[in-house]
Amino acid sequence: MERVTGVNIVPHFCRIEDKPLDFYNDFNIIALGLDSVEARSYINAVACSFLEYDENDNPKEETIKPMVDGGTEGFKGHARVIIPGKTPCFECTIWLFPPQVKFPLCTLAETPRTAAHCIEYAHLIKWDEVHGGKAFDPDDPDQMQWVYKEAVKRAELFGIPGVTYSLTQGVVKNIIPAIASTNAIISAACALETLKIVSGCSKTLSNYLTYNGVEGLHTKVTEFVKDKDCLVCGPGVLIELDTSCTLQKFIEQLEEHPKLHLSKASVTHEGKNLYMQAPPVLEEMTRSNLLLSLFELMGKVPSGTVHATGTSTKNDKKTSGSRKLRVAFKGVNGMTDMDTAGGA
Amino acid sequence: MAEPKIKYDRHFGQAALEKASVCLLNCGPTGSETIKNLVLGGIGSITVVDGSKVEVGDLGNNFMVDETSLGESKAKCVCAFLQELNDAVKAKFIEEFPEKLIESSPSFFSQFTLVIATQLVEEKMIKIDKICREANVKLVFARSYGLTGLVRVSVKEHPVIESKPDHFLDDLRLNNPWPELKRFVESIDINVSDPVAHKHIPYVVILVKMAEEWAQSHSGTLPLTREEKKAFKDLLRSRMSGFDEDNYKEAVDASFKLFAPRGISLNLMRILNDTCAEIDSNSTDFWVMVAACCNEFVAQEGAGEVPLEGSIPDMTSSTEHYVNLQKVYQSKAEADFLAMEKHVQSLLKNIGRDPSSISKMTIKSFCKNARKLTVCRYQMIEEEFNSPNLSELQKYLTDEEYSMAVGFYILLRAVDRFAANYNCFPGQFDGEMDEDISRLKTLAVSLLSDLGCNGSILTEDLINEICRFGASELHAVATFIGGIASQEVIKLITKQFIPMTGTFVFNGIDHKSQLLLL
Ligand SMILES: [Zn+2]
Repeated sequence: MERVTGVNIVPHFCRIEDKPLDFYNDFNIIALGLDSVEARSYINAVACSFLEYDENDNPKEETIKPMVDGGTEGFKGHARVIIPGKTPCFECTIWLFPPQVKFPLCTLAETPRTAAHCIEYAHLIKWDEVHGGKAFDPDDPDQMQWVYKEAVKRAELFGIPGVTYSLTQGVVKNIIPAIASTNAIISAACALETLKIVSGCSKTLSNYLTYNGVEGLHTKVTEFVKDKDCLVCGPGVLIELDTSCTLQKFIEQLEEHPKLHLSKASVTHEGKNLYMQAPPVLEEMTRSNLLLSLFELMGKVPSGTVHATGTSTKNDKKTSGSRKLRVAFKGVNGMTDMDTAGGA
Repeated sequence: MAEPKIKYDRHFGQAALEKASVCLLNCGPTGSETIKNLVLGGIGSITVVDGSKVEVGDLGNNFMVDETSLGESKAKCVCAFLQELNDAVKAKFIEEFPEKLIESSPSFFSQFTLVIATQLVEEKMIKIDKICREANVKLVFARSYGLTGLVRVSVKEHPVIESKPDHFLDDLRLNNPWPELKRFVESIDINVSDPVAHKHIPYVVILVKMAEEWAQSHSGTLPLTREEKKAFKDLLRSRMSGFDEDNYKEAVDASFKLFAPRGISLNLMRILNDTCAEIDSNSTDFWVMVAACCNEFVAQEGAGEVPLEGSIPDMTSSTEHYVNLQKVYQSKAEADFLAMEKHVQSLLKNIGRDPSSISKMTIKSFCKNARKLTVCRYQMIEEEFNSPNLSELQKYLTDEEYSMAVGFYILLRAVDRFAANYNCFPGQFDGEMDEDISRLKTLAVSLLSDLGCNGSILTEDLINEICRFGASELHAVATFIGGIASQEVIKLITKQFIPMTGTFVFNGIDHKSQLLLL
């Protein structure tokens, strides 16, 4: 604000999950400077949860919340533009993100959780503490042994299983540092795309830019396609219910649903909290709804959209996620009308 | 949390960066953003050359000036900002227009390791290029222009030892094992009956042993044809004693490493046969090592191979086998290094230099990376401008993937001709847009026909677009261009990673940017 007059910057120091959905809905565009697949998945689900479809399954323009995402690893990076409902969302192309290998230093120093964290602690922090100044040589078996032993000690201290010599090798050799120039390039691409979306001064990136500066310089634009069955940016998973189904039963169904596997779900309808798992105050306030029928809670409409936020488990991995669900009540008139009755 | 950062920096050729002295010409957004990344990266000293004063327009696209700087020297303000970012950097500024300095004191530039020339027009680019080439100063051009821009490196020769490519075949010598590796392999019984021991034999051992077995029944040759390779893999599978033997699965997957050709790759052969490898007292350390490697080592100890890299990939194995195997590779690499060191020393003596003038560290790094050596050479800007590679140019003009980038490239040259003729850039002043468009078109068409190409290939849309840019320097574009330029500067100074060859043309419209090799 000091450097550029007329701009208003409001910092929020909190977890992205701590903000209510409305907070994100107030912006025209969301630019992502996130460092993990989980965080991207979360914001993506939030932005897509605002998206509504008309009766012909076309996205309603006014509900589209564009996102601009970027990320770097060493000399490589990507920038992308996500127009929910029109271009693939983060979840449509989740396969682009293989499991991550780098860890924040604070995790290593304070809250190790996995064997790899213990190894990186020994390699990045302990090594310099003890050998101050001497460069670590990953090809020296004695030095690797030293890191391995320190990692084992650390793992024992924290009761973490799984540190092996071979894993030590794998983790240590895969460290990818952040590089100022790559960050500059990717952030510039993201800023430019954001500006273009806001101003309409030029067409936007369609839709995924990859950049690699290791050998010479390579940039490539790929036009990925939307997954029409995407659970996150699609029209939503259709769930048919009896009018007598209670909110509690509904929440239990989400956990067993083959496409969702959403456990401990909080449920909102048109911005109203039907049931919240946390914080305790809200949980207590909404607990009584659990025994009421969802049909009643939704104002006895034949069908409508609810948002469920919870923990989804995929391949033994837990991620917090928000899902859009199209609920239709059996035997109620107008059931074929998928208008969300929202937008009020 | 400072230690890990220092560690990474050291890996990155920090010493070279700290020793480097870089000169920046023009500190508009493109120049400022380029130098900022170098200052953050720990460059030794910078000299900012700019003769302009900060105006209101600068506040909208340059983070390194603010309202309090209005009317002051831009070089001074940017320099002060950069100093704030990193007080270890020696930051100097010269309040002078680079264009003037190029004309009046060409010798000024010889003090620098590298010059970053931003926002120069064609005529000045050619001049600074000659000055730097003569003084053996590395040069990087960067220019932002509306939604386009370019980055171009100009150095006579840039040899890279630590090229650090992403994907490179491991140096395992499976098809050419040396005696110690053979002995190690023989010391392990691959038919061991204990199932735990059986599934912890490293695949290197399995492959070397099975290759030997194959060769014995195939008159001394390794699998060559597709059928033979398949048969070899089937042979491997037949030796698995269970379904879950990861080491055998790895052996099957890694068998291509056994089938790879022995000896020296074509790329490397080209470097070893380069005329520069015929060394004399003026030869650089790099070429002395190349000569020691190809004339001496490969012919003698190497028996047709360059020094061994010495590292092995991770593989399923007992810790004991793995550590011992690592030691076998390490000690061979060490022996190769010692042999190379002797050759380097005697060659240095032959050409009248101090035999220990190339450090052990450098020779070691050379040995470790011998298979990955790269030499980049760049033609002079003037050559490229006057007589570009016509067939490439034609190809780019008609290739849909390249046509927009090459269009920008041509038009960026045309706007410089425009500026030379009319004292302003096309579209810079509102009322004259239509006239500017037709003038620019004429200039672009004549430029193309001067080069021997059909000028009608440029689209009206692109010409209009360039005029619409009105020579503006957008901050986001400047940051992108500056990011690329700074990255190339770091590669050139640290001599790590491979710098780009050709001219990078940025396309901020759909991001289909391209490297043009003209
Ligand atoms: Zn999707």
